[in-house]
Amino acid sequence: MQKIVVLDYGMGNLHSVTGALRKVAPGDQVVQAKTPEEVEGADRLVVPGVGAIRDCMEGFASQGFVPVLKQAVKAGLPVLGICVGMQIMMRHSEENNGVDGLGLFPQALKLLHCPFTPAGTRLKVPHMGWNQVTQQDNHPLWANIDDNSRFYFVHSYYVPAENNRWISGQTKYSVTLAAAMAEKNIFATQFHPEKSANDGLQLLQNFVNWNGHY
Amino acid sequence: MGLTKRIIPCLDVASGRVVKGVQFTEIRDAGDPVQIARYYNAVGADEITFLDITATSDDRNTILETVEKVAEQVFIPLTVGGGVRTLEDIRNLLNAGADKIAINSAAVKHPEFVGEAADRFGCQCIVVAIDARQRNDHWEIFTHGGRQATGINAEKWAIEMAQMGAGEILLTSMDRDGTKKGFDLALTRTVTEAVSVPVIASGGVGNLQHLADGIQKGGADAVLAASIFHFGQYTVGAAKQFMQNAGIEMRI
Repeated sequence: MQKIVVLDYGMGNLHSVTGALRKVAPGDQVVQAKTPEEVEGADRLVVPGVGAIRDCMEGFASQGFVPVLKQAVKAGLPVLGICVGMQIMMRHSEENNGVDGLGLFPQALKLLHCPFTPAGTRLKVPHMGWNQVTQQDNHPLWANIDDNSRFYFVHSYYVPAENNRWISGQTKYSVTLAAAMAEKNIFATQFHPEKSANDGLQLLQNFVNWNGHY
Repeated sequence: MGLTKRIIPCLDVASGRVVKGVQFTEIRDAGDPVQIARYYNAVGADEITFLDITATSDDRNTILETVEKVAEQVFIPLTVGGGVRTLEDIRNLLNAGADKIAINSAAVKHPEFVGEAADRFGCQCIVVAIDARQRNDHWEIFTHGGRQATGINAEKWAIEMAQMGAGEILLTSMDRDGTKKGFDLALTRTVTEAVSVPVIASGGVGNLQHLADGIQKGGADAVLAASIFHFGQYTVGAAKQFMQNAGIEMRI
């Protein structure tokens, strides 16, 4: 039995993430940790996140999770970032007049704009709903998931797919954006696997089975 | 290739039970929100919306328990609305597993509440629900379940709410609600063209062509319906197939 830890830094949707992990890993211990002590003994970490990035970063730091996550990354523990959990792993975001992230990836987040399409309709922001993810590599987290499957997105800031050697999945929404990024034992998704029905559960199942090597 | 339009079944919940008539032959207990949500998840609904129609203080904890139970077993987005008044209400619902929170009367009473909520939790989870009725050449918004007139112009209100930080607008035509005559397409188009956030059309769906019209003629990003799905008149799958055949990108 492994210990899967979901970091709880006060930023929403923990229940869904935890519930989805329990569904795919019924024999494992899935815990929500509010303190670094509760993370001890973790076999893998999940960094969820919903909301504005400034509050997320502040919550994450004030709960003492910055050194915890960096230590886990160094130790080779499989780490999954979801939505704003992925965004705080970047170097910087334009949101809230500019917020520095953890810098686990050197990218910066930009605001999606809403240009008019050639058909004359306006693209809406947030990017909200089910969009296709084109896989960019053979990462173990894509196992048993068809290329171009649909996942649920809801976000207004994005990591560009261009000049991004960490890209693992990409999605078109006026721009081409990073739907998933990977680096060694870190996998991070802009979409919500815990809200993406069967394909999302499959991705979480793959994470639970992943040895952290890529 | 791209973002799909969404079909959202809407369930009215009171004291932890789905009310206002849901009849499925497939489900033994037609009042159990978990069973009904699982059913809609299984047949391909893109999201589910719960409206807490009692929303008295005693029932606040009941809706939290309901959301928790549903979120444990249903892995598509959940929107919850009804009686949301404080940041604490929003926080509790999000922690219970809701993804988006619909705000109606509280936004009219204190428009800045929407701004505070969006600032704290992100605009992606703040839905402003607008109930509108036609008044000559414009639409007026109503609160308290459609009982209280406000004198506020719906188009201007949608723009103000989007600027304040609403991430989505749930737009219901009070004139059409329950009539099965189709969405108020003029209202839908007026609001979708006025704001840059997604708009969910609601009120009046009686057949599948109405759903397609909401997207293609009204310009909506998603369509919400209750009775046509609850009573088994149409399945979500049939609705999606119909809409795809009409040229709308759907998640099939």
